[in-house]
Amino acid sequence: MSIRIVNATLPSGESADFTIDHGVFTDDTSADRTIDASGLQALPGLVDLHTHLREPGFEQSETVLSGTRAAAMGGFTAVFAMANTMPVQDTAGVVEQVQSLGNDHGYATVRPIGAVTEGLGGTTLSEIGAMANSRAGVRVFSDDGKCVHNALLMRRALEYVKTFDGVVAQHAQEPTLTVDAQMNEGAVSSELGLAGWPAVAEESIIARDVLLAEHVGARLHICHLSTAGSVDVIRWAKARGIAVTAEVTPHHLLLTDELVRGYDARFKVNPPLRRDEDVLALRAALADGTIDIVATDHAPHPPEAKECSWAEAAFGMVGLESALNVVQEAVVDSGQLSWADVARVLSQKPAEIGRLDGYATPFALGSAANLVLIDPSARSTFSTASLRGKGTNSPYLGRELPGRVMTTIHNGYETVRDGEVVDAAEVADNARCAATEANNV
Amino acid sequence: MRHLLTTQGLPRDEAIAILDVAEDMAAVGEREVKKLPTLRGKTVINLFFEDSTRTRISFEAAAKRLSADVINFAAKGSSVSKGENLKDTAQTLAAMGADAVVVRHWASGAPKTLADSGWIDAGIVNAGDGTHEHPTQALLDAFTIRRRLHGSASRGRDLDGVSVTIVGDIVHSRVARSNVWLLTTLGAKVTLVAPATLLPVNLSGWPVDVSFDLDHAIAQGPDVIMMLRVQGERMAAAFFPNAREYSKQWGLNDERMRALPASSMVMHPGPMNRGLEISAAAADSPQSTVLDQVRNGVSVRMSVLYHLLSGAVER
Repeated sequence: MSIRIVNATLPSGESADFTIDHGVFTDDTSADRTIDASGLQALPGLVDLHTHLREPGFEQSETVLSGTRAAAMGGFTAVFAMANTMPVQDTAGVVEQVQSLGNDHGYATVRPIGAVTEGLGGTTLSEIGAMANSRAGVRVFSDDGKCVHNALLMRRALEYVKTFDGVVAQHAQEPTLTVDAQMNEGAVSSELGLAGWPAVAEESIIARDVLLAEHVGARLHICHLSTAGSVDVIRWAKARGIAVTAEVTPHHLLLTDELVRGYDARFKVNPPLRRDEDVLALRAALADGTIDIVATDHAPHPPEAKECSWAEAAFGMVGLESALNVVQEAVVDSGQLSWADVARVLSQKPAEIGRLDGYATPFALGSAANLVLIDPSARSTFSTASLRGKGTNSPYLGRELPGRVMTTIHNGYETVRDGEVVDAAEVADNARCAATEANNV
Repeated sequence: MRHLLTTQGLPRDEAIAILDVAEDMAAVGEREVKKLPTLRGKTVINLFFEDSTRTRISFEAAAKRLSADVINFAAKGSSVSKGENLKDTAQTLAAMGADAVVVRHWASGAPKTLADSGWIDAGIVNAGDGTHEHPTQALLDAFTIRRRLHGSASRGRDLDGVSVTIVGDIVHSRVARSNVWLLTTLGAKVTLVAPATLLPVNLSGWPVDVSFDLDHAIAQGPDVIMMLRVQGERMAAAFFPNAREYSKQWGLNDERMRALPASSMVMHPGPMNRGLEISAAAADSPQSTVLDQVRNGVSVRMSVLYHLLSGAVER
């Protein structure tokens, strides 16, 4: 089915009509169906470099199906699935399974991330080559949730991953400085009597790793940067020409550790919510390009993992459905980022870091039809009804946020239509057709 | 008062009202029949996720002297350990008709989580949560100081101008946090003394003076010196080198005891490590209020339960 979209506003600000057929942008002016996008902002399909889909092993929290439905609802057409599944994504078999589940469901392209070390154990390299050369074509490797803290192992990982044009995505957390850590270490933790997670535990690992990356000439990506000091280190490294990229989560752009005062475990996340100064530094760094991308760190948990005392609760927040709203609230409405910048930090650049094809020239004739139409003038109260994944551990419940995703198109077919996720059977059908056509070309 | 979770933000007048009623309760403790019918028919549950016999029996005595029914629920151990169980336990107690739940928990904020959760309707009293707060300990400390200073003329008075020096493991101490907020609300001037490792990393929001030097603090002649318990496991975690060095630098030894004004009170929340943070002579001196603190604990907890369950002071 072909779709014509009229009166859309492109990221550049120009108004445009375009047609999608057979999964790509074409110059036809007729189509089976027309979407009037008057007043809507068109963006390239969003790419999340940091998603926890939890399958296999933790299906009570999320599955590839539920997680990619959440992704579609948030305007994402591709997600990179973190390796901390059970079994861990440390072999070709597991990554291929996760990718094929994504392909079958069709809501978003699922690119598995491979574990750096076997079982995320931090001692032995996993089969990085086998994963890179598998059908899943893994290019991003991460022990996320755990830091690759052994310096020699990190050096070897950087070198070995470079061999396959991959990148190590580091969860920067010095473990000896964060034993039992519960929240940002500072004035609030001192009052609340919660064990602190000091900024230096992140900054010291980033400093070490950018120097290692420089020494071995490898690419390095830093997950969920959370402190002003980390921004300074990355800025220094980039000025020096080191091949480092960095991500920030939507929640670190909006929320601070003051929210921990009520001991509501929805605000428990790793790295923790930081101070106001950090939030402002992260926004500025995203605006000036020191931070390359926004990634969600979507981390669904079942209710019982949060309905307990703070120290007993799991770390993590769901973020796919709210990412664009939060980015709009934190940095677009304030004028720090244009929609063209949003397209860069939430689509083009994460695709480039993850070596995901089809996102380099959005909206160009012949390029893959992945896009999202949003209504930036909408405002609504975020609630569990806004969520499509299994997790309800969102820090935004009850908070008014701007923007609404009206349409998401993945590989030329709709995954969100009129603001609602399209039925799973229809999406799977369309995904099958698209795959067949791609094979016939 | 709906709950007592923290002393931070507890209004001065309300704190004084609690202390004044505790004076009345203390008078009951001196009668032959140490019992009031005030809370007859009310159920108070002592929910302890962490062992603390001293605190539990103090609350138990307080509730019984007010004729409440008391149930002790020791939730520590493998049966109640993770996650959902705080919710389940709370809902179970609610179903049993608890009017007040006295909670001791190893996790900071657990009483607040219970109070905010909607799992249970009962009034919650924080009986010590992790390294956060221990509000009834601070109230009994304030009561003890006031009584020593003003005796039978204590009612209605605050602690204006009283200097209190708190010494030791501040960072891990719920007693220190509750005392800082309460004593300063009542007008006292609080100084914290500890090595930098045992002080919270950021004290910008605390209305206190800070010193590393105990001898200097003693030379100021504080009205009250409060020694905190130091736990053995702190040495293993490199907070300080060993007991000998700690005792030498931050212990209230006999020499420092002599340097204190004879009018200074020596306080300790117990249990004491004699010879480590406090010498035997200091602990047993007439200046020591250690046993008064224990005695006053019952009166203060009676007052807290009374305020919580009789609806006398609504916030």
